[in-house]
Amino acid sequence: MRFWRESYIVFRRQLRMNLRNPAWVIIGLLQPILYLLLFGPLLKPLIKQFGATNAYTFFVPGMLVQLGIFGAFFAGFSLIGEWREGVIEAERVTPASRTALLVGRLIRDILQLFVQALILVALGYAMGMRGSAGGIVFGILLTLLVGGACAAASNALALTTKSEDVMAPVINMVMMPVLLLSGILLPMTIGPKWLLDISAWMPFRWVVDAVRTAFSGDFASSPMIWGTVWAAVLFVLAVAWGTSTFRKENA
Amino acid sequence: MIHARGLVQTFQTREGKKKTEVRAVDGVDLDVAEGEVVGFLGPNGAGKTTTLRMLTTLLRPTEGTATVAGYDVVKDSEQVRRSIGYVSQAGGAFSGARAGDEVVDHGMLYGMKGAEAERRGKELFTQLDLDGLWTRMPKNMSGGQRRRLDIVMGLIHEPTLVFLDEPTTGLDPQARANLWEHIADLRRRRGATVFLTTHYLDEADALSDRIIIIDHGRIVAADTSDNLKAQVAGDLVDLEVSDAELVTAAAQRLDSIAEAPRHGLQGVEIEGNHVRGRVQRAGKAVPGLLRDLHDADISLESIEVHRPTLDDVFLTLTGRSLRDAADTSPAGAPGATTKEN
Repeated sequence: MRFWRESYIVFRRQLRMNLRNPAWVIIGLLQPILYLLLFGPLLKPLIKQFGATNAYTFFVPGMLVQLGIFGAFFAGFSLIGEWREGVIEAERVTPASRTALLVGRLIRDILQLFVQALILVALGYAMGMRGSAGGIVFGILLTLLVGGACAAASNALALTTKSEDVMAPVINMVMMPVLLLSGILLPMTIGPKWLLDISAWMPFRWVVDAVRTAFSGDFASSPMIWGTVWAAVLFVLAVAWGTSTFRKENA
Repeated sequence: MIHARGLVQTFQTREGKKKTEVRAVDGVDLDVAEGEVVGFLGPNGAGKTTTLRMLTTLLRPTEGTATVAGYDVVKDSEQVRRSIGYVSQAGGAFSGARAGDEVVDHGMLYGMKGAEAERRGKELFTQLDLDGLWTRMPKNMSGGQRRRLDIVMGLIHEPTLVFLDEPTTGLDPQARANLWEHIADLRRRRGATVFLTTHYLDEADALSDRIIIIDHGRIVAADTSDNLKAQVAGDLVDLEVSDAELVTAAAQRLDSIAEAPRHGLQGVEIEGNHVRGRVQRAGKAVPGLLRDLHDADISLESIEVHRPTLDDVFLTLTGRSLRDAADTSPAGAPGATTKEN
């Protein structure tokens, strides 16, 4: 009870600041929309080769996961600013739960992601995407889970590095293989076998596959199970890491 | 209120492949009684903030124990947090959020109800001359206003013990003088115990009942400002001799009443036409000295007597000047009574 009250106080404060300065929210949303508008049409003539029929039903799930991963990766940057101004220290000197200090921020990130996901799905639908309603809901939930994991990791990274100059290259370094190996833009199955084998080690690939199969309404498939398991595992690990950095005695 | 025994904090630093252990705080014992205002003085890097962070539960001591407000900082850290207010060097309000919102949220994290935190926050705004700034963002406030806002946040839950870390660093002289008034009020008006760190001699002198001096992670002295000065230094007598040839003779006369040289304290010094030496109770000894000099036909251009300063205390204790160790005291600071030279 107390934990949720404290999380809510932190969440409300974060939301208030976000609404006052929504630049990041808009930039974060603009990126997948541009992909959808400018890259989507390029997929249309190629879509038959993927074994899919609708380019947007293929592409929107990838964009959803991309939004979840990359939008959330940047969540930590605002934390560095807060840390520098002594906000984190001031919060840590109160009796509030350290986990609540993180969770309040995560709820803000997840809410933001949720709104962005709705806009993206609506836009995709307008452009011709079709899918099972239950699958779309599940796909969004999976996106929120993996986005929450990335936001927690980003916050943890922010409190560990305490410097935008260190954090930006680290995120870039992580982002490139994630983007290239998870089949967000093109399915890994059209590539050579060695590339497909490598991508099997990339947890986010399974999440992308899972969201794609969810959109098609196929809930019992193996990518679905693997993707869900991976998303849950990543979430638990990232939250544990994030909490430990807030708790850490020299954070 | 505060009892610390053998506090140690070590950090690992890496130079190339070689790891070295730095003992930032190296066995600190300190006691602060209820209602005291204690100045924790030392040069930058002496271990002040690290000690403070251990006492405020932000940093787990590597070794040693401390009880703050009756609770152990490691075992009962939550109770310690509930009882203390902490104003860090960095502040605590985000520059782009409204001041009042930050204060209320901070109070609510202490378990206060929103309305209660707002009422109390507004009360504190009035007391700290921040009227009308409730909805202003800290980035649009002056340095002094921001500092007072930080103090409001530290006081929102009515702590009986307040930690202030370098409260006036970076403020202009007027804002400093104003903040000193408010810090003095903490005890006067609410009976709070105050523990403040500073590397400003005048600040420690002006605000504290008692001064604890730390250097290289160790406590080198703890006493009232007057006692510290009386114990170690004596008054500085500075004679300017008219005739250069008589300087040595004057030095001999001064030497007969001056403190003998010992660790950290030089004997009588000669510099050009000036002769300087430390004399206990100069007010009593100087008339005799003047008679001596007169009888020996040594005439003076000037004579100056300086009361000992905390810097003299620091020099005596550590063999170096605090001002050399941390040359940051702003010139022309108000009430800079310790800096006659």
